[in-house]
Amino acid sequence: MIEIQHVSKWYGQFQVLKDCTTRVDKGEVVVVCGPSGSGKSTLIKTVNALESIQQGKILLGDISVHDPKTDQAALRSRVGMVFQNFELFPHLSVLDNLMLAPQKVLNRSESEAKAKALAYLDRVGLAAHSHKFPSQLSGGQQQRVAIARALCMDPQAMLFDEPTSALDPEMVGEVLEVMVGLAHDGMTMMVVTHEMGFARQVSDRVIFMDAGAILEDCTTTEFFGNPAARAERTQVFLSKVMGHQTA
Amino acid sequence: MNQAMNLDLSFYTWGLFHDFILKGLLFSLTLTLVASVGGTFFGTGLALMRRSSVAWMRITAATYVNVMRSVPLVMVILWFYLLVPFLIGKPIGAEWSAFITFTAFEAAYFSEIVRSGLQSVGVGQTNAAKALGLSHTQALRYVVLPQAFRNMVPVLLTQTIALFQDTSLVYAIGAYDLLKGFETAGKNYGRPIEVYMMAALVYFVICFALSRAVKAMTKERVGAA
Repeated sequence: MIEIQHVSKWYGQFQVLKDCTTRVDKGEVVVVCGPSGSGKSTLIKTVNALESIQQGKILLGDISVHDPKTDQAALRSRVGMVFQNFELFPHLSVLDNLMLAPQKVLNRSESEAKAKALAYLDRVGLAAHSHKFPSQLSGGQQQRVAIARALCMDPQAMLFDEPTSALDPEMVGEVLEVMVGLAHDGMTMMVVTHEMGFARQVSDRVIFMDAGAILEDCTTTEFFGNPAARAERTQVFLSKVMGHQTA
Repeated sequence: MNQAMNLDLSFYTWGLFHDFILKGLLFSLTLTLVASVGGTFFGTGLALMRRSSVAWMRITAATYVNVMRSVPLVMVILWFYLLVPFLIGKPIGAEWSAFITFTAFEAAYFSEIVRSGLQSVGVGQTNAAKALGLSHTQALRYVVLPQAFRNMVPVLLTQTIALFQDTSLVYAIGAYDLLKGFETAGKNYGRPIEVYMMAALVYFVICFALSRAVKAMTKERVGAA
């Protein structure tokens, strides 16, 4: 589904991605973790070409994402993305946030777009809030709307860029719950997150990044079950993150 | 005789307003409307050009804006009025000349307002729009510009008030605006001081009312947010 092949990226002299290679198969949930500044958010944004790359290749299905001949807008319409800061459109109601792209990009009729929007709002438990504006919702509610907005496009895969990092702790659960539901429904997901509980519970594979490179890429069982076999850098990160989570 | 000590206000009548002032007032208001709408339109174009990835577009727009902002408006008005007939071989009326010059001049100022309005919308919004499959143009039209304009309305209106005051500069090419109306009336009645007093009052009332309206509007929005 998503194939990342020897991808490198530089900001001027500084290399932010170093020869990254991995893949996310159809129906697979892959968690990308690592310390801040490790390049994980940059990596996930190269998948739908919000960030450019200087070397390597990314395939979505059989389409080369960064090929100049690729229609990137059409390609992005088939991959949902959820951002750390929700990025709902503040001048539009919740319903209009969900109906904009299906109408303008997929040329769906208003009634069709509205029916789908209401169905997904119901799924994330926010059907009663359709007429509100984003500023009237809590962070957790906004992020659930953002997930519903992405789902309205019937994406083939979903990218999550630290979806719970900007949330108050008591709101993390409601967002993770929606994501777990998606995973159980067989959605292909690439998730940048520090939520190790989520990773352990639903992901099939875990990728650990540090300083722009992929240090670990293994099954979830292996990642958490056999810490001694992990690189030293991974062990340090894990002990910090896990310690924080049990505390 | 000291004229200032012997003000005669007896000619402040409907006839004065109707015969001399109304025509000028309408022209000044029309000019303000045309130049602010046209200036916003072309100013948005200039602002978008300055964000373009094409170098010549950026440079052309930046040069235009910087040149326009570095010369006095009255000079642009005069140049245009005097040079264009020379170039096209026939005279251009003072009214048309004013409409075109003011629009062109204000476009430069409005473009700076639009530019900062665009900057006030975070790059995350563009990314979110793009991630949904919206094209560059669609992202601008449905996501970025509506938010940018909402943020800039108070500044746009303030600039429009300044523009209304600046319309008096068309005296340089003899167009019949609000100030010219008063001046003509003053000559007609032989009472320039009284007439200019009234002119000042009228400009003040219009501009003060508009600026209060802007203030109320801003306050309302802050309250709503």
